[in-house]
Amino acid sequence: MSDSMNSVFDSANTFTIDGRRVPFKPGQTILHAALEAGVYIPHLCHHPELKPHGSCKLCTVTVNGRNGSACTARAMPGLEVENDTPALNDRRRVLLQMLFVEGNHFCPGCEKSGNCQLQALAYDLEMLAPHFRHAFPERPVDASHPDVWLDLNRCVMCELCVRASRDLDGKSVFMLAGRGAESKVVVNSPTGLLKDSALSIDDRAAHVCPVGAILPKRVGYAVPIGERQFDQATISHQVDYLARRTIPIKAVEPATETEGA
Amino acid sequence: MTDASELPVLLDPVLQRHQSRPDRLLQILRDAQDVLGYLSDETTAWLAKALGISYAQATSTRDFYAFLYRENRGRYRILFSDNITDRMAGNQALFKQMLNYFGIAPGKVSGDGLVSVDLTSCTGMCDQGPAILVNEMAIPRMTPQRVEEVCALVSRQVPLAEWPAELFVVEDNIQRADLLLGTTHQPGEAIRAAIARGRDEMLFEMRTSNLRGRGGAGFTTGIKWEACRNAPGVRRYIVCNADEGEPGTFKDRVLLQSYPGRVFEGMVIAAFTVGAHLGLLYLRAEYRYLRPKLEAYLAEMRAQNLLGKDIGGLAGFDFDIEIHLGAGAYVCGEESALIESLEGKAGKPRIRPPFPVTCGYKNQPTVVNNVETLCKATEIAIHGGAWYEAIGTKQSTGTKILSVSGDCERPGIYEYAFGVRISQVLEDCGARNAIAVQVSGASGTCLSERELGRRIAFEDVPTAGSFMIFDAQRDMFEVARNFAHFFKHESCGFCTPCRAGTALLSEMMDKIAEGRGTQYEMNELLRIQAVMKASSHCGLGQTAGNAVADTVQKFRPSYERRLAQTDFVPAFDLDAALAKARQVTGRDDAHAHLGAEA
Repeated sequence: MSDSMNSVFDSANTFTIDGRRVPFKPGQTILHAALEAGVYIPHLCHHPELKPHGSCKLCTVTVNGRNGSACTARAMPGLEVENDTPALNDRRRVLLQMLFVEGNHFCPGCEKSGNCQLQALAYDLEMLAPHFRHAFPERPVDASHPDVWLDLNRCVMCELCVRASRDLDGKSVFMLAGRGAESKVVVNSPTGLLKDSALSIDDRAAHVCPVGAILPKRVGYAVPIGERQFDQATISHQVDYLARRTIPIKAVEPATETEGA
Repeated sequence: MTDASELPVLLDPVLQRHQSRPDRLLQILRDAQDVLGYLSDETTAWLAKALGISYAQATSTRDFYAFLYRENRGRYRILFSDNITDRMAGNQALFKQMLNYFGIAPGKVSGDGLVSVDLTSCTGMCDQGPAILVNEMAIPRMTPQRVEEVCALVSRQVPLAEWPAELFVVEDNIQRADLLLGTTHQPGEAIRAAIARGRDEMLFEMRTSNLRGRGGAGFTTGIKWEACRNAPGVRRYIVCNADEGEPGTFKDRVLLQSYPGRVFEGMVIAAFTVGAHLGLLYLRAEYRYLRPKLEAYLAEMRAQNLLGKDIGGLAGFDFDIEIHLGAGAYVCGEESALIESLEGKAGKPRIRPPFPVTCGYKNQPTVVNNVETLCKATEIAIHGGAWYEAIGTKQSTGTKILSVSGDCERPGIYEYAFGVRISQVLEDCGARNAIAVQVSGASGTCLSERELGRRIAFEDVPTAGSFMIFDAQRDMFEVARNFAHFFKHESCGFCTPCRAGTALLSEMMDKIAEGRGTQYEMNELLRIQAVMKASSHCGLGQTAGNAVADTVQKFRPSYERRLAQTDFVPAFDLDAALAKARQVTGRDDAHAHLGAEA
């Protein structure tokens, strides 16, 4: 094994994932250290620019035999982490299926297709069918904002938009409200509509959505299907990208001169 | 309807009462609802502005709690407790009786805006059910006659405060008293004993006693207190978890009703030991009727110098207690969700670690203890840790209070030294023909006849206190289905496995109940439960499928006799699904229907 022991890492600061040694900096989470070391752990609600959240549970691993979210658990010397095992991947597949049936996800008609992390995870974990009965929730689309679509049919309640707006944009445009299966993202505006909120197309909250729930308008197919982020390689083979990406997930071409889309 | 211009007049006193503090948002919303009946978007926006918080933040809190209403639910808001024990006592017929009386559908307000009637999670009156809440005031022991009486009072629009006091009488039903319930309380004795011991010795006695938390998790209380005391922080807090929401549990209600001195003195002793100056008692909304008595008791303690400044004559020992009300959210029994709720937010469990002992209320070191645990601290202060440690079993010291309900002659409160056998409890409460006991509530363990020799103890059958008995006439499938619905209603929605899993379990149990289940669903129930148990963020999701899994494994016949004799049946009725198409096309002939076999 040629574990490249980078000089910034104290040699004592290592743990193992599926037997492979992974160095970490004190304070890093297991997921953070893993991605930096090139080890893929499936995840959806994590973004390297935002604080750990731990709600999607796709990154659930076993740490010294106990289940835990890799995105919130701190890396410690000597931890033994199991990640890429049939049992854990089975569970992840069930979680993905749960996410698919609790919302309305129609990949062929979604302009996020190819850039969508939920879709990418499903391909990578070989989720062949949604398996469970679809809930088919009724969720209205908010197209009121001049530059941004809000389609909560595709929302996976990861709260990345909530966190980006609050912690990066300083606006708190979004919030998760309600309870249980009735949970939904709400917009901070007197009408509840995006056009009356403080959201601007330059906000990072407008670009952080890992699925197609929040989309910038007029750039839907600026990058053609087939040339998108996860068209190039499955998500598990893009660890470096996942570790270093910045919001937006993939830079979008600025809108060419078209009016009133 | 309230005119927007009236809001300042009506709500300014509420804001003043809470010093317009945004962290008291939940209490403010509650009080505002008391004034206005419900919290419209307009009211919520006005309050958000007055508090300097975002409208989304205010709606997020409002929409999380079951007892906060966005729309008018009537001047009389009646909720029937729908725990399995209420069902066994016949709540469904009474519920229908009341709906029929008013001619309304569940959860819908009557045309004149007078009344709404709906179901709610267990209200903690399982030994005297079926129970209801009228504007959050508890009325137990419902009968057809009492339903008539309540309906008449509502129809005549008699103010709730003028209803016959007899309706609101809640019995203690103490059937077996031991150390805690059987001794008399001398106000101040325990506090003075703790002060006499000093902080270090009191902590030492707590450690020696090996007292473990009575809320279910069983963490060693002395270690918790010590960790809080040693954690760096500006202020320390003592939180009493009186959000007794576990279906079938009601022992904290009895302790708060008849033993409040011990609860509060336990908080004072904890404060003395860890160095806290403020205590918060988080009282579940269903026990709201207790609040005036508890406030009066606190006032009495202040008068006796058992709260306030220089408690017990000890210079510098300042501590006081505030009561916060919940608003209908089981998940707030989880300590970090409870803290979020105390801070005015939706009750969603935090990421742990850090634990509340280092980073709790307002991110300061906080002890969160169950009501019963705090009572125990008074015994240890008086008698010492070694005395306490000698009672019970080695790993589970002292006594435990059980809330016994279901099929038995004498439901109520039973206090035993730890280690008592399930069969002993059944004998004492007069339970004959028990086929199952659900220990520790919906999230607990379902024991079958073969397991009745087991013992109540952390090392065998741990429990927070709920003890529901089912005899041979009961259908354990329906018990599990009731719990599945409960968890679907109570999941906070934060994490995927619990949010989606509780919905799927509940849907699949309904499918089986409708006769559309097959062997396939039986396997699916277990598969979903396994994912929820392994991946959920907090104890709610991890345990939400336990009752289903236990009953699938131990009471298989009650599932199997409902199964369709095929490999798979769709969850929906194919012919019924065509109803809309028939309506649109105006057809209803034979060709517009699928065969009965579909």
